[in-house]
Amino acid sequence: MSELLNLESGRKLAALVAILAALVLAPFWMPLLGGYTALGTRVLVLGLAAMSVNFLLGFTGVLSFGHAAWFGIGAYGCGMILKFIALSTPLGILAGTLAGGLAGAVLGALIVRRRGVYFAMVTIAFGQVFYYIAFQWSSVTGGDDGLRPFYRQPLHLGVATLDILNDATAFYYFVLVCFVLAVAAMAFILRSPFGRTMLAIRENERRARFLGIPVELHIWIAFTLSCFFMAYAGSLYALVNNFADPRGLHYSQSGDFVMMAVMGGMRSFWGPLLGAIVFVVFQDYVSSVTINWQIFIGFLFVLVVLFFPRGLLGFLQQRRGA
Amino acid sequence: MTKRLDFGAVDRRTIVKAGAVAGLSQIAAPFIWSARAADAIKVGMVDPFTGVYAAVAQNELIGVKYAVEQINAKGGVLGRPIELLVEDSANDVGIGVQKTRKLIERDGIQFLIGDVNSAIALAIAQVSNEKKVLHIVSGGHTDGITGKDCHWNVYRVCNTTKMEANSVAELLFNKYGKKWHFITPDYAFGHTLQEAAQADLTKFGGTVTGNELTPLGTTDFSAYLIKARAANPDVLLVLPQGLDMVNCLKQIAQFGIEKQIHVAGLQQELESLEAMPPEARVGIWMFEWYWKQPGVPGVEKFVADIRKRTGGKVPTARTWFGYTSMMSYALVANQAKTLDGVTLAKALGNFELPADVKLQPNKCYYRAGDHQLMTSSFVGEALTKPAGDPEDLFKVDTIVAGDKTSPPESETGCTLQWPA
Amino acid sequence: MTQLLLFNITNGLIIGAFYVLMAIGLSLILNLSNVINFAHGGFLVVGGYIAYTLEPYLGFWGALIASPFLTAIIGLAVEKVLISRVYGRDPLYSLLLTFGLAFILEDGTRVIWGANGKPFTIPAALAQPLSNEFFFITGYRLFMVVMVAVMIALLFILLRYTRAGIRIRAGTLDLETVSALGVNVRALRSLNFAVGIFLAGLSGVLAGGQLGLEPTMGAGLLMPSFIAIIVGGVGSLIGTLVGGLLIGVASGVTAVYFPAASEAIMYVLMAVVLLVRPRGLFGEEGMLT
Repeated sequence: MSELLNLESGRKLAALVAILAALVLAPFWMPLLGGYTALGTRVLVLGLAAMSVNFLLGFTGVLSFGHAAWFGIGAYGCGMILKFIALSTPLGILAGTLAGGLAGAVLGALIVRRRGVYFAMVTIAFGQVFYYIAFQWSSVTGGDDGLRPFYRQPLHLGVATLDILNDATAFYYFVLVCFVLAVAAMAFILRSPFGRTMLAIRENERRARFLGIPVELHIWIAFTLSCFFMAYAGSLYALVNNFADPRGLHYSQSGDFVMMAVMGGMRSFWGPLLGAIVFVVFQDYVSSVTINWQIFIGFLFVLVVLFFPRGLLGFLQQRRGA
Repeated sequence: MTKRLDFGAVDRRTIVKAGAVAGLSQIAAPFIWSARAADAIKVGMVDPFTGVYAAVAQNELIGVKYAVEQINAKGGVLGRPIELLVEDSANDVGIGVQKTRKLIERDGIQFLIGDVNSAIALAIAQVSNEKKVLHIVSGGHTDGITGKDCHWNVYRVCNTTKMEANSVAELLFNKYGKKWHFITPDYAFGHTLQEAAQADLTKFGGTVTGNELTPLGTTDFSAYLIKARAANPDVLLVLPQGLDMVNCLKQIAQFGIEKQIHVAGLQQELESLEAMPPEARVGIWMFEWYWKQPGVPGVEKFVADIRKRTGGKVPTARTWFGYTSMMSYALVANQAKTLDGVTLAKALGNFELPADVKLQPNKCYYRAGDHQLMTSSFVGEALTKPAGDPEDLFKVDTIVAGDKTSPPESETGCTLQWPA
Repeated sequence: MTQLLLFNITNGLIIGAFYVLMAIGLSLILNLSNVINFAHGGFLVVGGYIAYTLEPYLGFWGALIASPFLTAIIGLAVEKVLISRVYGRDPLYSLLLTFGLAFILEDGTRVIWGANGKPFTIPAALAQPLSNEFFFITGYRLFMVVMVAVMIALLFILLRYTRAGIRIRAGTLDLETVSALGVNVRALRSLNFAVGIFLAGLSGVLAGGQLGLEPTMGAGLLMPSFIAIIVGGVGSLIGTLVGGLLIGVASGVTAVYFPAASEAIMYVLMAVVLLVRPRGLFGEEGMLT
């Protein structure tokens, strides 16, 4: 029995090391495959966003289709700090994360009693409210033209200065570090008793309730946490673009994130990252080749929903298991 | 689990595989034929080919492609052919920035054209500036591009909002009256357009009876038109563009408003006029370029050549923007005999376009102080009945030169900082 | 000022009527099949473009009648091939499926009909305002309201007096029992979906006459339908009717005092309803929650 456990955890450790190695070495192997560093940075940020959605969707079983709202709020928060208040990247990230997370906490409290399709509709509608505010309140957010200009500021780390503005590779590693921190936090939460409770709620909400678990409270906490992660990813996105715009809040952006999570595998931790890689690379590639790339994306959605509902990782696990 | 998907004899694996092969062959095909010339000069174009600006972006592309053909037929730039790489910004800033980085970092373009969407144009200008790549904004109108957000490596072909307002304002004031009511799209382009027009109006001594700010994407203008009617102005200025303009004018025609109030506006485009039913084509407008210019050298050939490539459709102002942007690069590079971004950027200052590129009667040149092309405004009236050719929907009354409509360089707010 | 207000309220009702037509189709599909049809806007656009293509041959009236049926047939095909596969699964999948479908429909219309907007001509007789005073009530807009009223009446008759309609209503409340009673639920869902898409197609033809046709127009008309359903109450068609009219009027009235907020007011209304009475004005507790 202990040998089996060692084998399983050994395999997991090997997988983890492999993933980290691939990410760290990305600026070197990507150009060989026709990629470019900026693509990798984008994949990391969107992958983190997909993982944040999955935190709620895959591990608690709650479908929020308006999660891009927190992503966008994070982006605007970070941008506004850099533009109006202080030229400090860490402060921007902090502000963006707090803004989105707190907004999510407030909203979550209002809708936590709803479930299923209705919950999804409500999250879509509320997400659009924020989209609409960003679009209309042009004196603050810049409206359709977006919040600009602001630039990510070089980091002064005491011993050295990391020029993340002009050096694409340096910026990639900065984002990677941020990514690892967030992912580690996520993994920690999921392994904790709280995380186990979330899984219990996902599996059978009624039974969890009978066990005395305060379900609404847990869902609210899970919702809030995922909003914080989402806003964090949004802040990074603002740094990637040196820009924040309403499109980041639109429900179609939410749909993209959910798609990435589903495509990679909702029930697994790394699935959404894989989904993000496939989605971003696919979109990048197809849109360079044909103007009608949206049809291909649409077909991808349809294909995944009909034939690969468990996502790529789920599909692979099935084959290994069967 | 697999039982639910009952395809009979064919199982899902086969279908997916077949689909994948069919799909991949579609995508892979271009790569099979492209034998990329090793010594070609790569130029990039980033434009929103999907989304609300798709029609105008596609017309710009036609112009650029035609220019590339012409350039390569005459020996290319410095003896090397031009290779055009096109990316879709999908009207999304993040994607536009990403594609620009891809074009510059991975594909090594020497020259960038784009974007129609002003916000994206500004964002990718930051990238092209960072990478020291010469960049011509073909179709983004926001004044900042050659104003307070100007960069040494960025030039712009299309008009600024101030130029557009200045070209029509006097005519409207003298011909129609001094009480103006505005319908303004609620974003930066709309705001600056309206402010410019209002400034002109105040200068002439007129008054503004109201300014209705309409959200982008408004489909129903009835509430705003009701208010405009009640305010009883002499002129109703319709400033929204694209689909918003089409809807607004349609509703104006349906409500019969043009019978009581003079309808006019600033920027108008052939793409919009063609999307309208005939009764909505009313009012005085300015075009940034129009295809029917009898007697002006080069225009007829351009129109005929473009018609061959579009199945009979005439070039629009957007086609001309794309054409001019690409030709400008080739001309200045061949003249300066270098591809260095900084040198070319300096050389484009005060560069005058030859007759077969400018395709207009007035002198047309890039101003050195703000990098704005001094292109003419074609002021005239929309035609309910086409004048002969079904695409002749605009009657040009006057062609005003760019340096007459544009404020002086000192007033644009542009300070260029050249690299050391 | 009162005249302005009255005008705008009337105008709001006219706009609201249009929202109702779209929202009812969406509501039908949502109630019976638990599917949020993100592609509803796409079907609207398809309906409009089909009418545009048919108009030279059948005239305006012919196109108006034929197009919704053709759109419904397309909808039926889509339902049989794609959507029926995700019934009973987590609502996530139907959301993603219709989401992807919306992409395909939008880009498909762009491929077939081109990216530039297309003008859709309405009969000259309808394009006149009623009078100089009521210039904003054109014959066409009145016609639209009449069409919506007729459709609602027909739908009411369908749902109340035909067997299929009664089954649909029963199915909305308890699909399992209906199935156990021997009704072919598959066929019922297909019919329901087809009716919903019929209404979407009709909305598209009417919208085309009013707004012109453009591949991206569907997405913008989808959100008001959502809000109408949420405000009126999920699960209730009367609610959707009231909700649509309410947001239309609210939008119209706000345009008088606060034009910039005339779209925002819909969202504010929705937020208020969700806070004060989450099930919506006419919704029933437990409906899809």
